[in-house]
Amino acid sequence: MTLTATRTRWLQDNGVYVAVVALLLFNAVFTANFLTLGNFRTQLVQAAPVLIVALGMALVIGTEGVDLSVGAVMALAAAIIPLYLGAGPVPAVLMALVAGLVAGLFNGFLVAKVGIQPIVATLALLVGGRGLALVIANGQLVGLHDPAFLALGTDDVLGIPISVLIAVVLAVAVAALTNRTTFGRQLVAVGGNRRAAALAGLPVDRVLIGVYTLCGVLAAVSGVLATSRLGASDPADMGLLMELSAITAVVVGGTPLTGGKVRVLGTVMGVVLMQLVRATLIKHDLPDSIAQMIQAAIIVAAVYVARERR
Amino acid sequence: MTTLTAATRTKVLQRQGSAVALVLVVAVSWLVFPRFGSLDNLRDLALQGSFLAVIALGMTFVIITGGIDLSVGSVYALGGVLAAWGSQHGFLVALALPLVVCAGIGLVNGLLIARTNMAPFIVTLASLLFARGLLLVITDEGAITYQIPPDSAFVELGRGTVFGFGYPIFVAAALCVLGGAVLNRTSFGQNVFATGGAEQSAILMGVPVARTKIGVYTASGTLAGLAGALTAAYLQSGVTVIGVGTELDAIAVVVIGGTLLTGGTGTVLGTVIGVGLIKVIQNVINQIGTLDSNYQSVVSGVFLLVVVVLQRVLRR
Repeated sequence: MTLTATRTRWLQDNGVYVAVVALLLFNAVFTANFLTLGNFRTQLVQAAPVLIVALGMALVIGTEGVDLSVGAVMALAAAIIPLYLGAGPVPAVLMALVAGLVAGLFNGFLVAKVGIQPIVATLALLVGGRGLALVIANGQLVGLHDPAFLALGTDDVLGIPISVLIAVVLAVAVAALTNRTTFGRQLVAVGGNRRAAALAGLPVDRVLIGVYTLCGVLAAVSGVLATSRLGASDPADMGLLMELSAITAVVVGGTPLTGGKVRVLGTVMGVVLMQLVRATLIKHDLPDSIAQMIQAAIIVAAVYVARERR
Repeated sequence: MTTLTAATRTKVLQRQGSAVALVLVVAVSWLVFPRFGSLDNLRDLALQGSFLAVIALGMTFVIITGGIDLSVGSVYALGGVLAAWGSQHGFLVALALPLVVCAGIGLVNGLLIARTNMAPFIVTLASLLFARGLLLVITDEGAITYQIPPDSAFVELGRGTVFGFGYPIFVAAALCVLGGAVLNRTSFGQNVFATGGAEQSAILMGVPVARTKIGVYTASGTLAGLAGALTAAYLQSGVTVIGVGTELDAIAVVVIGGTLLTGGTGTVLGTVIGVGLIKVIQNVINQIGTLDSNYQSVVSGVFLLVVVVLQRVLRR
């Protein structure tokens, strides 16, 4: 390999880390009150729900799929919580997670058993899921007052916000699942070449259903945490366009849409990068319009650097 | 033809499937809801469908090449705002400005997809953000809604009628006929099918794959911009909040119309039928006064699901 080729390859693999470090340095120098504990807390708390969804999305994309329904699943989780909160926070959270599980199973079944393309299969739930959530909630925003449930979004353990802690634990768990288990290796094999994986005797259908189910549950977890932080069940807005944020973070983190590879740490960094970009733009008083256009440019640049050459 | 092979029979069933469903849904609605068949309601239905049909026409071409265009919702909204902004400088500017800018966005989509081997999903996701950002720049972060002078010729384009049927219906119909002809009767149309059917073989056969892709994305952007301009003319203003999720509606109607997301097959007629189905269902749900409008999306989702599952089962 020539030096340039090596350098390009290195940049392809590590571009997202370089970008995160560069943005951190930039903000440390040019942004007032950036290097404060309070600011880091805010940024991490905002990033946690996106990260949890992006972890599931990374696994799905690793199988050469995509899950457009994650935002709708978050809305479903949000709509279900007030229904069961009367029985206590544990049943409410459990029921919300069950909704995510059922939604994920449903997606996985359509993709694996019926053979529908992931983008269409999950589009159906994106279209119908939020409507269902609104029907369940009667289209209303419901304020929540259960202190134990609200603590999930506001309290700390060991000085770290609970939602951030959960996100970190889940990231470690998903990384271990991907890199250290048979399921993880099967997942990558299915994403690399589904036919070959099937011919090699891998349980392709089970892997696919498992991955979409996991993605659905993670989306529900994210919906629960975001609802708790908001202090209200808001199925109309909960998780709106989350599918795009999650896909962006995963792809910017170096997981290709063509499947066969999952980069969990890259995904974490992708979420951190997009959060940092938004924070930088907001702290420098750039309007939303410019912020969106810069995000668009970053997505194109990241994917351009990481693209497979012909 | 005396003997139909199983494959052609399935194909016919697939294509006629959505048409049969449309006829059934219309017939039932006509019988159950007295107001459904009224001329006013049918005119309204056709008008509402015409904007989506123009967007979905471009999406049909893109999907047949095996791609996808997520930017059309934002581009649609941008087209409307540009038209309203341009209308203070006369009819020509109001029409040309959105077409040129939106064609430009489509062209950039196409260039990036065709020349750099980047996934259409990501490229058009980025331009979804970019177009929305541009719209916010023009409207002072969404604070300004440009009004179109009510007596201008441009408003006539959106609100004028023939026998009570709005001009946008005729524009959409003409474009769909033209689109169908281009797809089935020109070499460009053949290239579109070849690109989506087997890209590598198409390249080896000398099909100008890159140029074809650039062409379909440019067309998709232009059509979305035109739909936005027509909508602005109809609403007499450049509403900034429209078009969120419209790309998904467009993809849904194309899929319901029998065009496969894997590329290589598809028809414009199918897409038009898909638009008809979705709009009739929405219309019917609106007629059932007791059902709240959230059921619209539930029913649309279920409907999309039924169609794709049926397509899949029939294909086996």
